[in-house]
Amino acid sequence: MHEIIRQRRKDLTLIGPISDMAFDQLIAAGSVAKVIAAWVGNVAGGSGYGFRRAYEQGQPRRLVMEDHSNFTVGLGLKAAAMGLPYLPTFTGLGGDIVRGHPRIRPIEDPFGGPGLFAVGSIKPDVAIVHVQRSDASGNAHLWGNLGLTVEAAYAARRTIVVCEEIVPDDVIRSDPNRTMIPGFLVSAVVEEPGGALPSSVQGYWRRDFETFLRYHGLSKTPDGYQSWLKEWVLDLPDRPAYLRHMGDAAVERLRVGDRRLAAAANFAP
Amino acid sequence: MVVAAAREIHDGEVVFVGMRLPLLGFGLAKATHAPNAVGLFENGVIRDRPAEAFIYTMGDPPNIVGAIACLGLNDVMSLLQQGRVDVGFIGGAEIDPKGNLNTTRTSGGGSLVRLPGSGGGGDIASLAGRTVLIMEHEPRRFRERVDYITSPGHFPGRRRGGPATLITTLGVFDLSRGLVRATSVHPGVTPAQVRDATGFAITIDDSVPPTTPPSTDELAYIRHADPEGFWTGDRTKGE
Repeated sequence: MHEIIRQRRKDLTLIGPISDMAFDQLIAAGSVAKVIAAWVGNVAGGSGYGFRRAYEQGQPRRLVMEDHSNFTVGLGLKAAAMGLPYLPTFTGLGGDIVRGHPRIRPIEDPFGGPGLFAVGSIKPDVAIVHVQRSDASGNAHLWGNLGLTVEAAYAARRTIVVCEEIVPDDVIRSDPNRTMIPGFLVSAVVEEPGGALPSSVQGYWRRDFETFLRYHGLSKTPDGYQSWLKEWVLDLPDRPAYLRHMGDAAVERLRVGDRRLAAAANFAP
Repeated sequence: MVVAAAREIHDGEVVFVGMRLPLLGFGLAKATHAPNAVGLFENGVIRDRPAEAFIYTMGDPPNIVGAIACLGLNDVMSLLQQGRVDVGFIGGAEIDPKGNLNTTRTSGGGSLVRLPGSGGGGDIASLAGRTVLIMEHEPRRFRERVDYITSPGHFPGRRRGGPATLITTLGVFDLSRGLVRATSVHPGVTPAQVRDATGFAITIDDSVPPTTPPSTDELAYIRHADPEGFWTGDRTKGE
């Protein structure tokens, strides 16, 4: 995500149900033209100040917002993942999200039931998903929080798997039910431990609360955001440099050392 | 507010747990009067035990370990749509007398303010068996009409559910009949204070009882689950 900012990519459309500070950083950096989302902010803190400046004042650039609820983002991605133009739902009746929405339309039930809404497919050009482990072909194991990771990986034209570790393919084959993304859908595999920080990765990283709170405080002003951007993004070449800049003590506090292993599942034929 | 939220959960119910304060309220209910409640979280997690340690978000590792299932967002939303959820929690920035919540955008203060958006709020409002709303109680937030209905309240043609209870920083209110009626005010709060802080007419008797203060068990759980007062101290005020 920081590399997208460093490469000065522009005019991006961001898609996600609930973003944490990732969307806010990209928006405040001026990389984003449009957001398709249900919630943009700082989950523990509240407001996303970069998002607010873009939406309210057009700073650093104007932002087009396609408002959704979580379920309609999920259904849009699921429709694309299923190769369908839309999926029907009852969510949204009586509210303003569905009113005049470019991607949500009222429809009749062909079987005579009550009316519902069609949520048009959302097909990303690229999905970037972070998983615990993958083989070199992109067959990816992930566990814990799934959210819409799997739908996004299936829906996108290209999927990039970022993993904590690349493992031999017999590790993946030992537990095929945990393969949430089959490798033939994957365009690239990146081994980047800590690549999801400050977010948590179950079994690998705790949530870096302090960074979320510090960003929330700094990003209140454009100057504060710029100082954040310089220190944590522009002045660092890559993710290992980010971890070095955090310092060993901070990294080790976040790294999960204990083990709570799942019971083995017997796949013997 | 956390205690009042927890008390809205009845034992054995399936609960759609929202972001922020309800995370703690669900744990509190589980630890006290509703040990058999089951919690659905919109990131796909299903738990029948409180989180193992303090959490800021439903995705934090202590809310994953010991879960009974980690599904996807669409899976738990599908259960909600199917009618499997008894009660859901939603926080709002603005509310009107029908229990419509706005968390999207407002010009109520004179200039445009962008709020984070629906999250799962709009879905819970549409699809849960009943909803419990959580609000800061300030006149600018209690409006005759909200600028944008993110999470629909009571309206003609509603097929299921609707707002049952509103919990605010000042009291607890019944919304089940499509109007706002105070059922209790928090200790130290007067009915006049509530009327002054509400930007529309509400029903509140001068004899409205005080909210039952937290019990020893409830306080003990909160001190254990939120040791630094992130959710229950002053830190979250004004957000």
